This record gives sequence, C-alpha cells and structure tokens, in this order.
Amino acid sequence: MPRYARNLAIALLLLAVLYALDYLVFDPGRRMISPYVARIIMLAGINITLAVSLNLINGFTGQFSIGHAGFMAVGAYSSAYFSVNYGKGIAEGMGDGALGWAVALLLATLLGALVAAAAGFLVGVPSLRLKGDYLAIVTLGFGQIIVVFLNNIESVGAARGYSGIPIVKSFFWIFLVAVLTIVSVHNMVRSAFGRALISIREDELAAEAMGVNTTRYKVAAFVISSALAGAGGVLLAHFDGYLNPKSFEFIKSFEILIMIILGGLGSIVGAVIGAIVLTVLPEALRGFAEYRMVIYSVMLIVLMITRPQGLLGGLDPFKGWRARNRAKTRTEAEEITAEDTRDKESVDKATLGERARDTSLGEGDTRS
Amino acid sequence: MLSLENISVSYGAINALKGVSMRVEQGEVVTLIGANGAGKTTTLRTITGLLSPSEGRILFEGQEISGRPTHQLVARGISMSPEGRGVFANLTVRENLLMGAYLKKNKAEINEDLERGFRMFPRLKERETQKAGTLSGGEQQMLAMARALMSRPRLLLLDEPSLGLAPLVVHTIFEAIDEIRGEGTTILLVEQNAHAALGHSDRAYVLETGRIVMEGPSKELAADPRIKEAYLGE
Repeated sequence: MPRYARNLAIALLLLAVLYALDYLVFDPGRRMISPYVARIIMLAGINITLAVSLNLINGFTGQFSIGHAGFMAVGAYSSAYFSVNYGKGIAEGMGDGALGWAVALLLATLLGALVAAAAGFLVGVPSLRLKGDYLAIVTLGFGQIIVVFLNNIESVGAARGYSGIPIVKSFFWIFLVAVLTIVSVHNMVRSAFGRALISIREDELAAEAMGVNTTRYKVAAFVISSALAGAGGVLLAHFDGYLNPKSFEFIKSFEILIMIILGGLGSIVGAVIGAIVLTVLPEALRGFAEYRMVIYSVMLIVLMITRPQGLLGGLDPFKGWRARNRAKTRTEAEEITAEDTRDKESVDKATLGERARDTSLGEGDTRS
Repeated sequence: MLSLENISVSYGAINALKGVSMRVEQGEVVTLIGANGAGKTTTLRTITGLLSPSEGRILFEGQEISGRPTHQLVARGISMSPEGRGVFANLTVRENLLMGAYLKKNKAEINEDLERGFRMFPRLKERETQKAGTLSGGEQQMLAMARALMSRPRLLLLDEPSLGLAPLVVHTIFEAIDEIRGEGTTILLVEQNAHAALGHSDRAYVLETGRIVMEGPSKELAADPRIKEAYLGE
C-alpha cells in the first residue's frame, strides 16, 4: 500500500476509534463512567497537549521556556472571546446542529492557536536571537504580564473571570488535538527539521557551523510550541465555559514544566506519562490536599537523585526494541584496541554505550 | 582564496587581534600556530563570523565575508571543525555526519560522502549507530572532521584538531589531513602542536599576542632557530 494511503487509513481508523470511545464510553447518557472520571481523563488529554508542546521547545530544542501558561491563556481567551461573540452566530448560520458547533469550535481552535503563535513570535524573535537563558527570563515576564492584562481587561471579565463561554466537553475533540500534537511533534523531531533542533540543543555553535540558521529554527520551534499551547488553552476555555486569570499564573507554567521533567525532557512518551501522572495524582491525593506541594517536592527530589533524566529521558520504548537486535550484532565493535592510550576511560565509555543501548536507548529524541 | 586584511578584533578594551593579515591560496594547507592566548581561536571565530572585526576585512574567493553569520558560510563553501570538537553527543555517528550535509539535497552525493568519511576513518563505520557522546576523544575528533567534510567544502577550517589527544591518535588525525589535502581541499589549520602542524602544511603563520610575528614556508619555519626554541622545544 502506498504510504499516503496507509497514513490515511491510520488517520481514519484513529478518528473512528476516538469517535467510538466518545460515543460509547463518554456519552453521559450511557453512564459508562462517572462524570468525575470522564472529567479527569479529559483534563489529562488537555495536559498532554500542553506537555508535549512544551517538550518541543524545552526538551528537543533545549531552549528553556517557563511561560507556557501565558501562551495557553492567549489561546484560551482569544478563542473564548470569539466563541462568545460569534460562535452562536456561526452555529446557527449552519442550522444550529452538531455540525455548526463543530465548525464554530474548529474556527475557535484555529484562531486560538494562531493568536498564541503570533504571541510566541513576538516573544521569541528578540529573545531567541541571543544564546543562553534569555528565553527563560522573557517567558517568565511574559507569563506575568499576560495575567496582569487579563485581570484588567473588562471585556473578558477582568479579575471576576470570563463566563458564558459555550461548553464543549468533548472527549473526541480534546483527544483529537492531543493526538495531532503528539503526531506532529513526533514527525517533526524525526525529520531534518527536528535533527536541526536537536543539534541546536546539543551544541548551538556546531549547529550553526553545519549551516543551520539557529535563530530561525529556534523561533520556528517556539512559535509551533506556542500555537499548540494556545490550542490546549482553547480546549480548556470551552471545557468549563469559564476562565479565570488565576488559572494561568506561574504555577500553571511550572506544573507543565514538572510534567516534562518528570517524564523526561526530550521524550514524547515521557511527556504524555508526566501529564497523566500530574493530572491523576492531585485527585488521588485529595485527602492530603494540604500536603500536595510537599509530596510533589519530595517526588521531584527523589526523581532527581535516582533518575535525573526523568522517568523516560534517554529512552524511547517504541524504538528501542528494534534497535536492540542491531546492537547485539555490534558487540565486537566495542572492543577497544591499544591505540587510545586512555584505555580505561575509553573502555568505560564503550561499556556505557553498550549498556545504554541494551536498555533500549533511542536515537533522535533522547538526552542522557 | 581566503585573505585577511589588517584585521583587528577587540573584546571590550582588550585588543585580541592587532592588524592581522594572512592569506590562504587554493589547494594549500596553511597553519596558524601560537601559544595559548595568542589569538588563534579569535582569528578563526572572526573568519567564521562569530566575532566582527573592528577594523579590516576578510575576503573569500574575492567576496567580503566579514561579519557574515556563520551558517551562511557553509553555503559558500567554508566548513569548520570547531574547537573542542562540538559533536552532537546524543545523535548517532551517522546522524552527526548527516548534519554535516545539512544543506545538501542530493541523496546520492550524501551517501557517497558518508562512504568517503567511513573510508577515511574506518573506526566511525564500526560505531555508525552509536551515540557520539560515547566515543573516545580521538573518535570524536575524527567524527568532527568527517562531519565538516560532508558539506564538500572548498575551504576547511580546523580548530586545534590535536587538542587533548594521545600521540598515536594525533598521528591518525594528521594523516587524515594529508589525505583531505590530497583530494584538493584547501585547509586552514589552527594548532598548538607546532611540530605536527609544521610537518603537515605548506606555509605557516606564527601568532603572538594578537600579531603575526613570522610567516613563511613551513619547512623554513621548522628550521628557524627562534621557532625551534619557542615552539618546538629544541
């Protein structure tokens, strides 16, 4: 089967599975799962979008952004404003049916992503021209400024919060965005574009020496990451039908950051797992609400001591099992001849390499 | 091919280069030697556009390239193997080499160049799918050089290729330099190891505290008593 036909088949199958799940499991009328569990699963879906998109810039490109919630807020508020003012009109214009609302939501999502991308561009261009940690400082500031703005813009409810947003609690929609995010980030980091991003993370100067226009690539990665964060914001805005600037404060950016650090910077599977863990954990710890932050901190400390690269950092479970067989046949290549006088060190490095591959080290999207 | 005309570079109040002029002709291996802090790396960084000269200009094939961003030079035919090697530790050897061909589109040429790199350094072939970070220092240097050649440069800049390597590995590296030159690539070699550099180059410049203090055919410089005393330890 030609490649595009296969991809099309997979895409259709995926849509069918998502739709079937939505219809059979998440339809409130069927009472398959409690609304509470459904809510947690959907929130996890939104968090997956946020974590995977942040991983593109932090994990793969190596540029530290700590204002992801700011871009999320931009996407959330701009789409909410759109939906409140034009959503009903668009839906009614198309017969007020499910289709009309789907179109309205699609437009809102695209708009939210686009506005967030524009914000990402404005923040990214000046700060990514420089090498070093400027992005962290600027994104931190951006996150704060957005919250201050939103607290003072009357037309979106200012500090009272923005209510009356059309509610779309759709498993299908949320996970469609999440899957699209995962697939697009995965394909990106496997492509030549992604290899350029990873080379920037590894050694920016050397990447430049290869002919990579590092500034342009960093900005591109940042803009894409911001757009996806904006899409995540759109989902959140329409999830409860209510937005409050408080939900986008620094702590939210930090939460997403913990997700990808927990899962492992530069691992997509890790980001997904991190997002799920940090969505479910607070619910599981509801009885110890006061100690939640303490438990988080202890968890992170233990993680940093035992696995500083994160749960899945340096691993890619889907690629490793394929590489392993190849690795076995190469054992002979590891023998170190006397040519290198620093024998001891070389042997250590070589066995390290061997071991690393035996624990299924991936190739592209890992960092050790 | 490459000429520096009266280049001065300063870091704030400190003048790192004071009117450096040098040239590299087509097909030559030219070496720039000097002690730590003499300005060797500054010279190279200026050529590759990481630093802008406060005075003077740099011409490559007749066109001024002073202050051009580094990534544009690759397209013009200049390639650099950076100091400290700068291999991409978490990419495999093969992926590192492919990064070197980043601006190349022709798959057949890329494969040809990969094979050439592996022929030049069979060690890299053995470690093709291994992460570059797990290689020994010498292997990383080989990788950095092979990677720099992937863009088929007309001028290859090598920054301290022998730095921190064992003598036998240094020997391998310099043999490779001879081989690259044999294929017609022009090389500017910046080295602290004056002995090896003079033995494998046509002409040499000696840099001291930001000035060129001597220049000439490498053989003559190697025989010069001042060079012998200061750089060759004889």
